[in-house]
Amino acid sequence: MANQYRALAALGDNTRRGIFEKLRAGPQPVSELARGLPVSRPAVSQHLKVLKDAGLVADRVEGTRRVYQIDPRGLGAIRAWLDQFWTASLENYRAAVESDSRENDE
Amino acid sequence: MNIQINPAPVRKSVTVKAKPERAFDIFTAGMTTWWLPDHHIGQVPLKEIVAEPRPGGRWYEVGEDGSICEWGKVLVWDRPNRVVFAWQLNAAWKYDPDFVTELEVRFVPEAAGTRVELEHRNLDRYGADAAEIRRMIDSEGGWPTALVAFAAAANA
Repeated sequence: MANQYRALAALGDNTRRGIFEKLRAGPQPVSELARGLPVSRPAVSQHLKVLKDAGLVADRVEGTRRVYQIDPRGLGAIRAWLDQFWTASLENYRAAVESDSRENDE
Repeated sequence: MNIQINPAPVRKSVTVKAKPERAFDIFTAGMTTWWLPDHHIGQVPLKEIVAEPRPGGRWYEVGEDGSICEWGKVLVWDRPNRVVFAWQLNAAWKYDPDFVTELEVRFVPEAAGTRVELEHRNLDRYGADAAEIRRMIDSEGGWPTALVAFAAAANA
């Protein structure tokens, strides 16, 4: 439960959103991703770790460098989508149950 | 290279001021009253959602013109304790008879009413839709856009 908003929070940060957007162009190493961003390379690595934990990106080692890509299966995105879908749905459901009080004390 | 990501099930709970029987009935027979109306798959506006009250029962939507679109089926019908659906809408929101994720809902009596616990599991099975997911991610107005809007609202 503690991690339920992880993917959402991951994309809610502007810098991480920017990194995620850059990865749409294809797999890239950290050095490439850091270019043109107003943050340090270690900071980019930290952001990538958050994106990875959220299931939004995956990484692999190529020689001496680590290459990142958008999770090819998109599972982080769909899980986050379902998470917010069910949050909104259950709130609607609760409202529907309690809007009609006729049988509440049955 | 095979990169495995197996997301945890989505788990949610909400407590409602009603007996389990009533909570169960509104969740199932009354699904039309609370379902997000723009989240359906038919070409015409949604009129009704039907879950046939038995194991093996169909779960489908009815459009305003009477057209029917399958969503999945009922796997377990244990009123008022538990219901399990086979959610068979894939990542593109299309019904796929070969695609099954499970949606389990438990109704637990409490002093204040009923705690409704929802679990949507087997999300790794969306993996087969990789190409479709990437297409949606890459498209304008795809998931990331929706997610960011939601995150902004949640953090406001």
